[in-house]
Amino acid sequence: MSAASLATAVGPHDHVTGPKNPTLTLVEYGDYECPYCGQAFPIVEKIREHFREDLQFVFRNFPLTDVHPHAEAAAEFAEAAGLQGKFWEMHDTLFQHQRHLDNDSLLRYVTDVGADVDEVTRALAAGDVRRRVEADFESAIRSGANGTPAFFVNGTRYDGSWAYEPFVAYLEGLLATS
Amino acid sequence: MALPIGSLAPDFTLLATPDQKVSLSEFSGPVVLIFYPADWSPVCGDELAVFSAASKFFSAHDAQLLGISVDGAWCHEAYREERKIAFPLLADFHPKGEVAQAYDVYRDHDGTCERALFVIDREKTVAWNDVSPLGINPGADGALRALEALS
Repeated sequence: MSAASLATAVGPHDHVTGPKNPTLTLVEYGDYECPYCGQAFPIVEKIREHFREDLQFVFRNFPLTDVHPHAEAAAEFAEAAGLQGKFWEMHDTLFQHQRHLDNDSLLRYVTDVGADVDEVTRALAAGDVRRRVEADFESAIRSGANGTPAFFVNGTRYDGSWAYEPFVAYLEGLLATS
Repeated sequence: MALPIGSLAPDFTLLATPDQKVSLSEFSGPVVLIFYPADWSPVCGDELAVFSAASKFFSAHDAQLLGISVDGAWCHEAYREERKIAFPLLADFHPKGEVAQAYDVYRDHDGTCERALFVIDREKTVAWNDVSPLGINPGADGALRALEALS
């Protein structure tokens, strides 16, 4: 069996929260319309809260558009809001409203997070955000992301349970041995 | 276990839909065989969804993706439609598991097959294979790298 590992290292192009030189780096390949990613969202929040200065969290787009018709648009909206420094606000909002990701709702969330709608619309039309989502998607496939969400811890795919308790226990174990 | 790299890939003819058969020999380009235990089982759904989403990276190498399980053609049809899977799902249904046995990935004790991947080159030789634990979805990276190594 091949060991799945990140094909694209975490870098300046990424959306990153947490410390600059962390012991733990958690990368999620996620889809805003995927119910499992929706379940993982508050768990990731709690994990970030738990590890604070020891853990960096990175979110990359992995929209499975065959089964989630709004996932691509949602990902592009988050990236477009990101160009105005509102990526995480939009990311959080999308996961909190993942059953309502139609275009009108997405436009409303742009306003809700305090981003400029005209600028977002321009960014969407220019296509850069689409290419960015595609690049994330390709890196997901090449990294061996095997569903949504797919988590990578310090560059290696995490195949264990991402329920809070086992996930924290796994990360604690890594922290203790590092 | 699993037909080794370098072996000639056994040809087969299986139903892809209730009234349409597919043979390995009809594909002139590389083929990726995705053996999986069963339609509707949780890990399989993710595995096929990922391959389906990745299908454009495989078509870039003229490669054909084929899913194979012991489920019947009617079951495959419903599953494929529901999950919008972009490639054929072949029914290794009668005689049950015959193709899985030919590729040495049949699970005799429970009547399904392993979660196994084979990359078959244009000469119909097994160029790469992988068997994952049943509960772990392998992702598409290994098969994609193997294909890239062919060209």
